[in-house]
Amino acid sequence: MNDTALWTLFVDACLINNFVLVYFLGICPFLGVSGKLATATRMGAAVSFVMLVSSMCAFGIHALLVAIDAPYLQLISFIAVIASTVQLVEMFIRKVSPALFRALGIFLPLITTNCAILGVALFQTNRGYGFAQSIVYALGAGAGFTLALVLIAGLREKLELARTPDLVKGTAITLVLAGLLSLCFMGFAGLSQ
Amino acid sequence: MGSSMAIDASDIRTSPGSDEFLKGIWQQNPIFVQVLGMCPVLAVSNTAKNALAMGLATAFVLLMSNMVVSSIRNYVPRQVRIVTFILVIATFVTVVDYLIQAIDLELHKSLGSFISLIVVNCLILGRAEAFASRNTVSRSALDGLGMGVGFCMALLCLGAVRELLGNGSLFGMAIFGDRFQPWVVMVLPAGGFFALAAWLLLFSWIAQVRARRVKIEEATS
Repeated sequence: MNDTALWTLFVDACLINNFVLVYFLGICPFLGVSGKLATATRMGAAVSFVMLVSSMCAFGIHALLVAIDAPYLQLISFIAVIASTVQLVEMFIRKVSPALFRALGIFLPLITTNCAILGVALFQTNRGYGFAQSIVYALGAGAGFTLALVLIAGLREKLELARTPDLVKGTAITLVLAGLLSLCFMGFAGLSQ
Repeated sequence: MGSSMAIDASDIRTSPGSDEFLKGIWQQNPIFVQVLGMCPVLAVSNTAKNALAMGLATAFVLLMSNMVVSSIRNYVPRQVRIVTFILVIATFVTVVDYLIQAIDLELHKSLGSFISLIVVNCLILGRAEAFASRNTVSRSALDGLGMGVGFCMALLCLGAVRELLGNGSLFGMAIFGDRFQPWVVMVLPAGGFFALAAWLLLFSWIAQVRARRVKIEEATS
């Protein structure tokens, strides 16, 4: 059992070990959906929600698998749970807000293959977090993901107006921006003491 | 991810087998051209050894899942195909996870959860959906092998550069001697972004120079 304080856990997942900029999880949506600020915010919210639900399910599954002594099924059952949660969220959003459903497009089903979500489930299991700790960890990770996505989307909107050489347009300049952001986030490492 | 699907939809079924293999290495290189499966690429490419191990593991999963997916492609209903593919991939990843643990425990520790995270590598699901679910087993195997080798090579390029600059060594052997001042940022997360950006720049520069040369040749002939 791990006895890290809840508040420390939140700050750790959100800032010090930011999932996108320090652990490199969820880079695909980070590069793919970060063109516009509004879409980035909603994407962040959707991912955070799936993260929270799948983290709670993962906690239950882990307890069950330990009880029946079948740890080799862990990965398969985690991914099955995540896939069904995403399906659920997709149906919910389509019913409640068709406009948002269209705005997210292909990236909504692709949340299934977002490594950040599976990452939360795996990390919380490996570190032996309790139920409350798992929830806080998932919330922190979701907040960190949203923060990184919103930051890079804001930068890219500004970049549209700047004059950049043809050669660096597209992925290359976005990666350089992400690298600079990652350098900034290294400053938070001091918080861990 | 979307772009890769668009490219693959036009894959020509009648092309010779060697093309399926070679396109993954150069024309459609998963990392440098399609920019797919970035997460493990950036995370474990801080040393050449880690990068090579990760590349080989991913290539194995890619090859096996491509073969299985293409052999069951006619029996899986369309609605549940993605879930089926992911379960196939997850099975092979579990195999690789235990395999690496048995071969080299030290390596398993340094790669950590990133082996399990091969499951959600968009490259593998992308190939299963865009290629293996539409082509024969042998063709899918060639495609998986080519993409796997291309992925492995790109990962090794990135890992070698980062280890060389950030640590002054290659596969753990010191290259530059004692007087080398390590460029620490290259082995830190930020360095991963910078190194990949530099490789992408190099590739788009080559493409640009080549396009310009073709244009000049057309104008003079």
